[in-house]
Amino acid sequence: MVEDRVLSVWPTIIAARIRSQWAYRVSFLLNAVGSFFTGLLEFAEIFVLLSASPVYGGMTLPEVTLVFALASLGFGFADLVFGQMDSLPSFIRQGQLESFLTKPLPLVPQMITSSFQLRRLARVIFGAVALVVAVQFVDVVWEPWSVLVMVGSVVFGFAIYSSLFVLAGGCQFWLINGTEFTNAFVYGGKYVGQLPGSVMLAPIRVFFTFVVPTTVTAYLPVLLVLQRPGQEVLPSWLAWFTPVFAIWSWLLATLVWRAGVRKYTGAGG
Amino acid sequence: MSPYLQLIAAEFRRQSTYRLALAAGIFTNGVFGLIRAGVLLAAVEGAGGEAGGYDARSALLYVLWGQAILGMIPMWGWNEIADRVRTGEIAVDLARPMDLQTYWWFRDIGRAAMQFLGRGLPILVLGSIVLQVAPPTDPLVYLAGVIGMVLGLAINYLCRYAMNLISFWTLETQGYQILYMVGVSLLSGFYVPVHLFPDWLLAIAQASPFPALYQYPIDLISGRVTGAEVFNVLGIQLVWLAILLVLTRVLTHFGARRLVIQGG
Repeated sequence: MVEDRVLSVWPTIIAARIRSQWAYRVSFLLNAVGSFFTGLLEFAEIFVLLSASPVYGGMTLPEVTLVFALASLGFGFADLVFGQMDSLPSFIRQGQLESFLTKPLPLVPQMITSSFQLRRLARVIFGAVALVVAVQFVDVVWEPWSVLVMVGSVVFGFAIYSSLFVLAGGCQFWLINGTEFTNAFVYGGKYVGQLPGSVMLAPIRVFFTFVVPTTVTAYLPVLLVLQRPGQEVLPSWLAWFTPVFAIWSWLLATLVWRAGVRKYTGAGG
Repeated sequence: MSPYLQLIAAEFRRQSTYRLALAAGIFTNGVFGLIRAGVLLAAVEGAGGEAGGYDARSALLYVLWGQAILGMIPMWGWNEIADRVRTGEIAVDLARPMDLQTYWWFRDIGRAAMQFLGRGLPILVLGSIVLQVAPPTDPLVYLAGVIGMVLGLAINYLCRYAMNLISFWTLETQGYQILYMVGVSLLSGFYVPVHLFPDWLLAIAQASPFPALYQYPIDLISGRVTGAEVFNVLGIQLVWLAILLVLTRVLTHFGARRLVIQGG
C-alpha cells in the first residue's frame, strides 16, 4: 500500500515540473530550439569532416549519419531522464542534498525529477530526424535481426549513457570544485559514441569500449547491420555483447554512486 | 600599484586557489585532445594526406594549441554580469568609480593569465610528449602567435561581455546564450578548423568575429600562417576588435539607461 502511494507521487511531480516550464513559454521554446541546434552543430562537424574526406574511418556520410543518429537517440533519452545529475555539485554546495535525503523517497529519482527538462526532448527529435534521413541512403540488410540490433542499440545506448550520468554523479562526492573531470567520460564518451570508432587513436578506442563502453552504443551495431567485419579492438561481433556492456557500466556506476553517498557527510545547511 | 594591476593580480590569485579545477581542466582538455587528434587525423588521411592545408603534423598542432588555449579563451558559460542584473548587485558595480566594461575586462585578463600558465602550459608540455609533434622553431612565429592570442582574448571578452549586456534589456537571456554558444562553437573553428569548411560555410564564418578569437590565434602560433600573410590575419583581428569596442560602448551606454535594478 505504501509502495503504491509512493509510486503515484512521481507522475504528479513530473507533471508539476513540466507545467512550471511551460509557464515561461518564450524561454522554454528558445531553450528547445537551442537544444535542437546543439544537435545540428554536432552534425555540422560530421558534415564538414565528410566533405573533406568522403570516406571517413571506412564509412560514407549516410553511414556516419546513422551512427550519429543512433548514438544521439540513446544519449538524448539518457540526458532527458538523467541529465539533471549534472547539477549534483550545486545541490551539494547549497546543502540541498540534505533535504532530498530527509524525504522518504529514493535519492536518484528525486534528483532526476528535481527539474525535468522537457526541452532536452528536442535533442531526441533531432536524432530521430537524422535516423529517418540516414536509413534512406544506407545499404542496411532489412531483416528482423538487423531491426532488433538497431532498436537494441538505442535501448542499451540509453542505459549506458544513463549510467555515465550516475557514475559522474557518484564521482562528484569526491570532486567538489573538480567537476570538470567527469566531462571527460560523459561528454567525451558521447563524442566518441557519435563517430566511427575506427577513427579514434588506440588508447581512446580501448578506453571507450572496455571501460566506458560508448562505441557499442552505435558504431558497432551499425557495422553489424552493414555486415562489415570491423577492425582491431573493434570487431563488429562485439555488438552482440551490448547488453553485457550495459550491465557492466551500470555495475560500475552503482558501486561508485553508493560509495559516494555513503561518504557524503553534508555541507552545512 | 594601479587599480588595474590590482584587479589583474586579484583575479589571478582567485583563480589559482581552485587547484583541483585546474587539474580537472587539464585532464578533460587532454582526453578531448586525444579524441580530436584521432578525429582530425582520420580526415587528413581520408583526404589523401592533406585536407584544408593540414597535413598530419599541422593537424596535431591545431589540436594541441586548440586545447591549450581553451581555458584562456573560454567561449561560453560566463553569465556573471547577467546574474548580477538578476540579483540587483549590478547597482553596486555601476556605482564603482571604474567603468563596468573596464572593470570586468581587467579581471578577465587576470583570469586568462592564470588559465594559460596553470592549464595551457601543462597541456602543451604533456600533449607534445604524447602526440610527439615537433613545434615550429622560428621565433617570429611565437611573436606573431602571442600578439594573435592577446587580440583573440580581447575579442573573446568583448563578445561575451556583449552577450551579458542583453540582460540589461531582458532577464531571460538563456536562449540567446544557447544560440550564441552554437554559433561561436562552430564558426570559431572550435569543433573543426574553418579551413576544412565548404566555401559557403567559410564565407559565413569569415563574416563573423568568431574565427578571430580562436582559429586565427591558433593559425599564427602553430606556424600555419607565415610571412606577409601574418599582417593580414592580425589586421583582420584588429578590425574586429575596433568594431566590437564601438558596439559594446554603444550598448553599455544605452543599456545602462534601460536597466531596471531588481531587488532592493
